[in-house]
Amino acid sequence: MSSRCLNAHLERPLEITPRATALVERDAGRTSNKRSIAATIEVEGLAKRFGSTQALAGIDLYAEEGTVLALLGPNGAGKTTLVRILATLLAPDSGRARVAGCDVLDDAARLRAMIGLTGQFAAVDELLTGRENLELVGLFYRLSRVERERRAQEVLERFALTEAEAKLVKTYSGGMRRRLDVGASMIGRPRVLFLDEPTSGLDPRTRNDVWQFVEDLVADGTTVLLTTQYMEEAEHLAHRIVVLDAGAVVAEGTATELKDQMGGDVLEARVANLDQLERAAGLLAELEKREPRIDPDQRRVSVPTKGSTRLLIAAGERLQDNGVALDDLGIRHPSLDDVFLSLTGDGVSLAGNRVGATSDRGRRDVRAMGSPGPASGRHVTARRPGLRVSRPDTWTARDTGGVASATSCASPATHGCW
Amino acid sequence: MISAIQPALLLVLFRYVLGGAIHVPGGSYVDYIVPAIFIEAVMIGGMATAIGLADDLRSGIIDRFRSLPMARSAFLAGRTLADVSRSVFSVGLMVGLGLLVGFRFHASAGDILGGLALVIFFGYCFSWVYATLGLLTRDPETAQVASILPFFVLVFASSAIVPVATMPSWLQDFANHQPVSITINAVRALLQGEPTHDWVWQSLVWSAGIFLLFFMIAVRLYRGVTS
Repeated sequence: MSSRCLNAHLERPLEITPRATALVERDAGRTSNKRSIAATIEVEGLAKRFGSTQALAGIDLYAEEGTVLALLGPNGAGKTTLVRILATLLAPDSGRARVAGCDVLDDAARLRAMIGLTGQFAAVDELLTGRENLELVGLFYRLSRVERERRAQEVLERFALTEAEAKLVKTYSGGMRRRLDVGASMIGRPRVLFLDEPTSGLDPRTRNDVWQFVEDLVADGTTVLLTTQYMEEAEHLAHRIVVLDAGAVVAEGTATELKDQMGGDVLEARVANLDQLERAAGLLAELEKREPRIDPDQRRVSVPTKGSTRLLIAAGERLQDNGVALDDLGIRHPSLDDVFLSLTGDGVSLAGNRVGATSDRGRRDVRAMGSPGPASGRHVTARRPGLRVSRPDTWTARDTGGVASATSCASPATHGCW
Repeated sequence: MISAIQPALLLVLFRYVLGGAIHVPGGSYVDYIVPAIFIEAVMIGGMATAIGLADDLRSGIIDRFRSLPMARSAFLAGRTLADVSRSVFSVGLMVGLGLLVGFRFHASAGDILGGLALVIFFGYCFSWVYATLGLLTRDPETAQVASILPFFVLVFASSAIVPVATMPSWLQDFANHQPVSITINAVRALLQGEPTHDWVWQSLVWSAGIFLLFFMIAVRLYRGVTS
């Protein structure tokens, strides 16, 4: 969005919520090269319960204007619920949320003119052609006919659908529908785009197309909130990542920051016999005084480490002395998956699957051997001290003058200037 | 087209299979049953609203529409209005089929058009009942089963197929005053050039009442749907 366009709707300054301000100020202090941060999405204490399930348990987060915020988490973490609340589809039980300066409850009608949504299921009309679907959405945004045709053409070209534009959507493949669906949410040129698992079920090439389009949109000033189960996607696209588990924020930061929170690298051993996996885990836990992560399928155990070659040798000797036969032993950089698993401590990988049937048992045994770490049950929702999420002690109030000045709940008339 | 098969089958069934055993005072059974088939045709056609809405809820397209800057009632109004065109087509087909099996109009062109318009209007208003059912059930199969219930009760316990006077007295009270009976009586009288009594305005009031009530319920449900 150009600055001219921003100035056009400054008449209603944003009353940013105190907690979101604190988050923004903290990060403004952290990234000193930025004089001000405008939060386009602000969420404070958002909670939602479905029957006995606490889908969201009081969430605080923000996304800066013109950036990509990724919500990372396993199935049932609350990602979709959060997106649905922000896209005005669902009312929260408590808490506040503002998107583009609009309250999702009080200013819902105005907000809808400024957002785009792609849900998890392809929301296209099978009895219309690809082009008709796009132009229909343009009609709801009250675009002129010329403009509708122009934008539909743009999306068709971008998503390689020009050849199929005149065919009925019911003849489309799954990937084509998905592309059309993502494209439809971009017809209104939204200031804020919500993508709920936009690349699930796409082949790698199409996935790259979607990524490219998202990057282009963001370069033009659109703010994107995307949910994903793929770390690769979060790492590739997101400026910031918020990790959700069981309805709570368990960590947030850039991909690099999240990895840094691991406090170094990962020591990883692959045992020759599955029977020796737990013994290996126990030995490594004693060595590093950190909770190991066990993956029985791969016969692998890994533990966060700050050590170097000497430690690697020590670990090798220790394992060998105790009769553990190794296939592989090494130190590697942590992946977001390591971060995620160490945060949730629950044996559930990002794809939502149990790492292995025996991992729970393995974990308990390891804990019994005296490894540190929380002796938790299935879900660790509390923030772990070693992996701090909120850092009130380091929150700096510098550079607050520019905070929250760039967004306001503009009237739909201004949204065309993107 | 498919939705016209059921009323066509009903027409043939009552004209040739059951009709011979049913005696109506002062007229032929074919002139009695065909106007009722018109109402049945629009009521069967309206079931597409329930099934279609439930299907849309499942597909996620409603999420998209609800996130767009459009009126909350627009999607439902579009859905039900689409059914009006279906109704017109279906009633037209039944008129042709009725004439083929021996049905005859005995009224002025104005009364005939008025009677057919009453059928379409009732069908449109009743499609909001189906919209409500679709939004409540949120599942196409369940919506289909649920839609048959009001159809069965209102069509069979009415003056559509047999004269109400042949029913037990407790059922007569219901059958005489429910909207389908009143609308069918009005349509029949208009198409046959008979006195319409108070049926025409009663039918209009019933239709409008059904529309207002179920419009409000459906829009409220649509606002809050969480698929």
